[in-house]
Amino acid sequence: MAEQLEIAVTDEISPPGPFREFWGYFCENRGALIGFGFILAVLLAALFANLLTPYSPYEQYRDYILNPPAWQAGGIWRFPLGTDEVGRDILTRLIFGGRMSLFVGMIVVSLSLLVGTLIGLISGYVGGMTDTLIMRGVDIIMALPSLLLALAIVTILGPGLINAAIAIAITYLPHYVRITRASVIAEKSKDYVIASQVSGAGVLRLIFITILPNCMAPLIVQASLGFSNAILDAAALGFIGLGAQPPSPEWGSMLANALEFIQRAWWVVTFPGLMILLTVLALNLMGDGLRDALDPKMKL
Amino acid sequence: MFSFLLKRIGVVIPTFLGVTLLTFSLIRMIPGDPVELMAGERGVDPVRHAELLAQMGLDKPLLVQYWNYLTGIFQGDLGTSIVTREPVIREFFTLFPATLELSFCAIIIAISIGLPAGIIAAVRRGKVTDYTVMGLSLTGYSMPIFWWGLLLILLFSVGLGWTPVSGRISALFWVDEVTGFMLIDSFLSDEVGAFTSALSHLILPSIVLATIPLAVIARMTRSAMLEVLREDYIQVARAKGLAMWLVVSVHALRNALIPVITVIGLQVGVLMAGAILTETIFSWPGVGKWMLDSIYRRDYPSVQGGILLISCMVIFVNLTVDILYGVVNPRIRHNR
Repeated sequence: MAEQLEIAVTDEISPPGPFREFWGYFCENRGALIGFGFILAVLLAALFANLLTPYSPYEQYRDYILNPPAWQAGGIWRFPLGTDEVGRDILTRLIFGGRMSLFVGMIVVSLSLLVGTLIGLISGYVGGMTDTLIMRGVDIIMALPSLLLALAIVTILGPGLINAAIAIAITYLPHYVRITRASVIAEKSKDYVIASQVSGAGVLRLIFITILPNCMAPLIVQASLGFSNAILDAAALGFIGLGAQPPSPEWGSMLANALEFIQRAWWVVTFPGLMILLTVLALNLMGDGLRDALDPKMKL
Repeated sequence: MFSFLLKRIGVVIPTFLGVTLLTFSLIRMIPGDPVELMAGERGVDPVRHAELLAQMGLDKPLLVQYWNYLTGIFQGDLGTSIVTREPVIREFFTLFPATLELSFCAIIIAISIGLPAGIIAAVRRGKVTDYTVMGLSLTGYSMPIFWWGLLLILLFSVGLGWTPVSGRISALFWVDEVTGFMLIDSFLSDEVGAFTSALSHLILPSIVLATIPLAVIARMTRSAMLEVLREDYIQVARAKGLAMWLVVSVHALRNALIPVITVIGLQVGVLMAGAILTETIFSWPGVGKWMLDSIYRRDYPSVQGGILLISCMVIFVNLTVDILYGVVNPRIRHNR
């Protein structure tokens, strides 16, 4: 008997670990892998921006104002993607812009995930009047179009990248609250929770160690989608002048004055937006892959 | 049915009150009081300051102020704009038809392309068509629409010279306002070419505004359709020898439409947010651009009124969709 067991173990029939299993599913989705690769590239470029480019994103080369990209007539390889209206290297600004967008995404996701999950846990676990009040509050936030609410909050806090991130985080709270609340309510009457309760687990242990891990999958999926939406919304706020303030190289705010140059400098208009689109698209592809890997029920 | 209606409306009332509380506090959380805002940089002497505050009822306790604000709303009084001194509600509804026209065209475009695209993708599941439609719709969903607008201007207005860059109609035409919808008004007017001018002004902004709803509708239609196509009655219909297009358009579509209609209803909020960006890029004189301009001008009563009116509209549309849903599908009516 014991020998047989040993053979089984040495033959490595034991199921793969949770991460291994997740990675297997994730890799099946080619789009998700491509998205992951792209985000990794943007992340690395943002981290090592100083090594990748000899220029500063703020340095103005006044002799090279609105220089076209290298492959076009008049373009030089010194500025591969051309320069903007005050002679700053666009490629450099795009690389540094990645820092800002990813930074905003991370701030928004961690803030809304943390606060939203906490509120959702309380709402679902405590129930009663607290739950009703919280859910009505969530309804109010959801009644407002997210960009409009973000605008209102930025109006109070004042423009800026951090304030924009806080505003966007608030508009995303309802999703996390609702998801967490729904899964807590579904989980809390299950046997394993009651068993843990009977064996004397405290409220905090019940909520955070027994229940929470079983609510994580939909939260992770929502967080990955929230990340891309946050980048999109932050860029929109930057574009209308209420997000990152010039001269910071944020992709959205780089487009703020683009309408003026649309007649004579297409490269000023095109590249920052293309970076936003590709980054958001890559994140959404990853999000789809995550959803398939973590939650086979939602697979079509 | 009646109790279902009451229940739905009962849920909306606290939401509405909450929104009024939010807009009420918004203007009070901004540094400086309304009198200082109106005075601007010049400042105002303390006696006059107190006088004006009393005149506006801002010296009363907060609860009384909120009550006055709330009763004001029900009488259609949303305050007056600091910049134009016009009632906010009149400003809003002067500009609203422009936004409504734009949103209406956008949603028509989104439905008339998104719905068939989703159906085709579902029917040709796993084929090249499916991947193309889904790839395009994910791209549309990821699109920063302010950049998309710039790109279309770059291509069609600057590059090809096909469409104008801004406004609702060429300044050469003077069209009498009948409905507030430029497309209809210009059609009714005697001026030759006014209608074409209005149409060419409308086309790019409505495509831009339609992009995200289109992507969402296509994705939703596909997944709803796939769900329905798996059902037994579809197999039966096919087994009876009905043509595939007949099964899809008659048997499947009707049942797949329910979640799609909900999603279309939810797009109203998306359209309103999108209108802020789209109208700004195309200088479209609607409420979205007006809201943003009000923020730049620190015209807070207008911002406050605009947010309130737009959220009320979103609440109202969602309520209508909810109720229609109950009318169409008795299961929902009785379950809740």
